[in-house]
Amino acid sequence: MNKIYGSAKEALDGLLKDDMFIAAGGFGLCGIPELLLEAIKESGVKDLTFASNNAGVDDFGIGILLQTKQVRKMISSYVGENAEFMRQYLSGELELEFNPQGTLAERMRAGGAGIPGFYTKTGVGTVIADGKEHKDFDGETYILERGIVADLAIVKAWKADEQGNLIYRKTARNFNPAAATCGKICIAEVEEIVPTGSLDPDLIHTPGIYVHRVIKGDHEKRIEQRTVSAA
Amino acid sequence: MWDRNQMAARAAKELQDGWYVNLGIGIPTLVSNYIPEGVDVTLQSENGMLGMGPFPTEDAIDADLINAGKQTITELDRTSYFGSEQSFAMIRGGKIAMAILGAMEVAENGDLANWMIPKKLVKGMGGAMDLVAGVGRVVVVMDHTNKKGESKLLKSCTLPLTGQGVVDMVITNLGVFNVVEGGLELIELADGVTDEEIRAVTEATIVN
Repeated sequence: MNKIYGSAKEALDGLLKDDMFIAAGGFGLCGIPELLLEAIKESGVKDLTFASNNAGVDDFGIGILLQTKQVRKMISSYVGENAEFMRQYLSGELELEFNPQGTLAERMRAGGAGIPGFYTKTGVGTVIADGKEHKDFDGETYILERGIVADLAIVKAWKADEQGNLIYRKTARNFNPAAATCGKICIAEVEEIVPTGSLDPDLIHTPGIYVHRVIKGDHEKRIEQRTVSAA
Repeated sequence: MWDRNQMAARAAKELQDGWYVNLGIGIPTLVSNYIPEGVDVTLQSENGMLGMGPFPTEDAIDADLINAGKQTITELDRTSYFGSEQSFAMIRGGKIAMAILGAMEVAENGDLANWMIPKKLVKGMGGAMDLVAGVGRVVVVMDHTNKKGESKLLKSCTLPLTGQGVVDMVITNLGVFNVVEGGLELIELADGVTDEEIRAVTEATIVN
């Protein structure tokens, strides 16, 4: 079985349809599947729902799909730094479901692990808890949150082998491992594809069972806040 | 009155040796500059890192290495990386001893509001709701009053909450309070601030 595809467009072939639900890795602009997002934009598919911690910036990441109005709903924890997002949300064009960051990560993890829901203290007593089941355990109140299963997961990793085993690099890991597990199909874009057997099996972050298609590409890896110390 | 750095320095005195700590964006980030001698703390960044180092020099900038404020940073010898699901497992699981974060409003019962202003500012809670619900101790560092000069320490919050009854201590530019039964306990005054002055600009009940 071949998991390696020649381009983002080829890797997405046959998988995209209007109204679909996509889980994306990345935090801010770090570790985002930028090539797959660009190819999704080019495909013209619309009315998408994204589970992604952020929505990119106006001209990078999921932001490019907001510009073209291909996104109907975002499930995110933080959407600052994106003027077009704010405009579409405040005008009612875009639906937004705020999830606390850890709740969003755990929803992906749970969905990928076959766990339909879990209880968490996060958000109790806030608007996040509205309409959710409350339950007390050992004198503390928790709310029920649902696992996420997406039609498609798109992630960015550093290296893959031909089996789809993935290794991430530094904080570019972030949401990618959890997102990878929660898609019915997962596509990973990576900086380098190495032959099977050349990654240390003890150091693989996402086992290839979760990863169905892999592409290698050149990544811009844009930096959102370039902060430096005096040398 | 304390400036931003003095507030950060005061917050740093709350750190204990061996703690794993999460610092929020803004003044809390400055706390790392004032960690007392002999106190060894490990900073967590909720995007997936323990052992956060200082900002990089120009030649050491790495797009794959940022903090939760999306700023470029560096790693240390002790650093470990992990995914967001594990990052919040350690937060929710109570492994992080303390979070120091900013706020828009704090109520006398420990309610915290710091994530949105309806119809005006919609950015999101990020990891703040998880942090305040999960960590051992929550310390808020913020200005005592808003731009209109009104108290940010309230009888009850007017903005949507980040957490209910979660704040343990508030450090403002005017002084330091513990959240206790019945309200706030004033435990320290900032340099040059009188007891009378701080009470005059505090809406919340001060119990002592």
